[in-house]
Amino acid sequence: MSEITMRIWRGDSAGGAFADYVVPAVEGEVVLDVVHRIQAGPAPDLACRWNCKAGKCGSCSAEINGVPRLMCMTRMDALPTDSPVVLAPMRTFPVIRDLVTDVSFNYAMARQVPPFTPRPPDASDGTYRMQQIDIERGQEFRKCIECFMCQDVCHVIRDHEENKAHYAGPRMFIRYMELESHPLDVNDRRELLRQRMGLGMCNITKCCTEVCPEHIKITDNAIIPLKERVVDSSYDPVAWLGRAILRRTKRSAAEAAADAPAHRNPTREDVGAGVPDA
Amino acid sequence: MADIETHDFDVVVIGAGGAGLRAAIEAKERGLRVALVCKSLLGKAHTVMAEGGAAAAMGNVWPEDNWQVHFRDTMRGGKMLNNWRMAQLHAQEAPDRIYELERWGALFDRTADGRILQRDFGGHRYARLAHVGDRTGLELIRTLQQRAVALGIEVFMECKILRLLTDANGQVSAAVGYWRASGEFVCFLAKAFVLATGSVGKAWKYTSNSWESTGDGHAMALWAGADMIDMECVQFHPTGMVWPLSVRGILVTEGVRGDGGVLRNAEGRRFMFDYIPAMFAAETADTEAEADRWYDDHLNNRRPPELLPRDEVARSINAEVKGGRGSPHGGVFLDIASRRPAEYIRRRLPSMYHQFKELAGVDITAEPMEVGPTCHYIMGGIRVDADSAATTVPGLFAAGEVAAGLHGANRLGGNSLSDLLVFGRRAGMGAADYAEGRTGTPTVGDAEVRTVVADAEAPFHREGGESPYDVHHALQETMQNLVGIIRTGPELEQALVELQALQERTEKVSVTGGRCYNPAWNLATDLPSMLAVSNLVARGALERRESRGGHTRDDFPDPDPELGKVNMVQRLGPDGEYTITPEPLPEMPPELRALLEEDAH
Repeated sequence: MSEITMRIWRGDSAGGAFADYVVPAVEGEVVLDVVHRIQAGPAPDLACRWNCKAGKCGSCSAEINGVPRLMCMTRMDALPTDSPVVLAPMRTFPVIRDLVTDVSFNYAMARQVPPFTPRPPDASDGTYRMQQIDIERGQEFRKCIECFMCQDVCHVIRDHEENKAHYAGPRMFIRYMELESHPLDVNDRRELLRQRMGLGMCNITKCCTEVCPEHIKITDNAIIPLKERVVDSSYDPVAWLGRAILRRTKRSAAEAAADAPAHRNPTREDVGAGVPDA
Repeated sequence: MADIETHDFDVVVIGAGGAGLRAAIEAKERGLRVALVCKSLLGKAHTVMAEGGAAAAMGNVWPEDNWQVHFRDTMRGGKMLNNWRMAQLHAQEAPDRIYELERWGALFDRTADGRILQRDFGGHRYARLAHVGDRTGLELIRTLQQRAVALGIEVFMECKILRLLTDANGQVSAAVGYWRASGEFVCFLAKAFVLATGSVGKAWKYTSNSWESTGDGHAMALWAGADMIDMECVQFHPTGMVWPLSVRGILVTEGVRGDGGVLRNAEGRRFMFDYIPAMFAAETADTEAEADRWYDDHLNNRRPPELLPRDEVARSINAEVKGGRGSPHGGVFLDIASRRPAEYIRRRLPSMYHQFKELAGVDITAEPMEVGPTCHYIMGGIRVDADSAATTVPGLFAAGEVAAGLHGANRLGGNSLSDLLVFGRRAGMGAADYAEGRTGTPTVGDAEVRTVVADAEAPFHREGGESPYDVHHALQETMQNLVGIIRTGPELEQALVELQALQERTEKVSVTGGRCYNPAWNLATDLPSMLAVSNLVARGALERRESRGGHTRDDFPDPDPELGKVNMVQRLGPDGEYTITPEPLPEMPPELRALLEEDAH
């Protein structure tokens, strides 16, 4: 029977090192299966997250041979067998232990999003009418399983911890674009995106799009259109004139931010999950 | 409790799937202080795996649909073991709960005139499932998650609750658990608690459930003194993946059949025509031609037998495989490739397309899938009051899969997501009412807390014991082999003997390493829950000497009308022993009974 070598990073916030585990190869397995066999055998305390094991929950993100992927959807027979399979935690987030990282940054950013604000129902029965074609862009973004791999590969924060305080990242940009394109939403988050969410810092290298397991066209369908809308709202003379004539002002970043839950009611996730404030 | 982290709330919800989120939202909207505690990250709960849709008689596709028909379908699908009041509330309130999600930002697939589209599913007379492709659970959990975030509900993620503790008056007052990230213990005091902890599937070897589904809520309720009912009623979903072995059990949505897929055996025969039970004969097509016409014309044709309730389909597949007519890897074939255009399949079933392409190397638009039954859902669970979701223990409420009654002996596909919404909300209301009416500050004894902590830490202090993984694997073998889809008295007796031995082994497991994110330790703390649930299922199955819905006894192959009138009620006796008593079902009012007797077609 052939064997495979898994080279897995073991450690915590204080540091760590790669350890090799040699296990028999089994037909049809994915990387997560092998991790589970290692847990059941030589390393019972090997930490990793997982839930659905079917690519639907986005829990088991890791860097496999240097590339962020879901462990549950990466077949062993798709990886080179002549060298060890290298498993490391996502680099952009602080390590908790082994393959588990502290992803609370993403939850904190989610709390900065001014929530969905629907217009009143239009149909006589008190519900809404929407055409399929008008919701398909939003549905594309709502496929997001929050694996946070787009955040992991984003250059703006991958090696720049200092940017995290004012950069929402690709996952949140698709959330903003989802709300922007939602047929019912009436909120205006453009100035917030420009001034506080760091939309301008993205230089559209499309790394996020490349790693998305749901094949969401993050850059082309979310970030670039968002940039256009934000620029239009700031610099387009026609839009400016329209606002002047209609005496309607854009919502400022501060006004939009005031709607966000993080500004009203900071919670545990803003300070980091799993770090109890004893 | 000077020595452990303690939090104080009005309502604490344990579990952050659909039911837990919906309960927390309801209580929070009442202005109470609400905590949501979950074992995984927020948004990863098993609800995310639900594929096909949420059943609600909105009548958007078939105006003939209404709550009465939905009620009838649910009761008949559950083989009349359902709590009629839950089935009524569910059918009446599900449409409002779906429209509410839309007001909170959900984007359901649409009809041509812009309403919420509804799809066909097994056991539902009309196309009734609001859906988003085949990722409806994700849409539901994300919508609720974003709503909960917008309301500022406090979420305690990756926090496992071990035990519920009661005060001197028998009211639940505290929940003790630990942070998975740090291994530090934590105590939540509250005026009311909601259990929304989902399923038990991890006690079986082949299951569609995630690691979280270890029956924590079932076990905690039992230990706190709650009544459990009909725990023998476990649903084996007919279509789980069977190959490769590593993905065996992963769910293949019923939507494949709802959208035109059919089941065939190794001989290419649509064998479901051979298994139409008398109860459903009047409403099921008996020729392929009629079945195929039904997709476009529900009113003049009867349903394909592939869309019989899940228990019927799962048993039939089991019989085909046992009869030697199975597929190469021990399942049967599920074929949509030869029946629908590739573009249609990719649009309607995108995640099934990817799942098979990536995990099995199978292109479902070009070749059939291999599928077989997988442990999926438990209809039994904590006995609750239909209107308030109150358990039999003061201060404790339950909703979603951990609660019992709505689905009777068998759940219809699509009734789970709507269950979470309807009864999640009701549990939130019930808990809020209780919290507002409760006087005094919840208290808990130091000694009790310390006992919970000591029990949880014990595996670190034992040396040379077994690995919890080994005990877990042995438990899964026992439940799979002896308490599976087809059961017999002697095998269930044998299961109880093995469970006793597994109990002793569990009490001796040891783990090494630190407490910080240690999966072996986490599993060691899940084992007592799984053992308790396994005991309840095996004992209920032994006592229910009939076959009904998800409970099939080879030695009692038919339903027994007398047993169809009782819940199997289990609770712990004074010395912690398991007790079981048949108790009569709540009496259904005549006007509802009349709905059930109407002509089926």
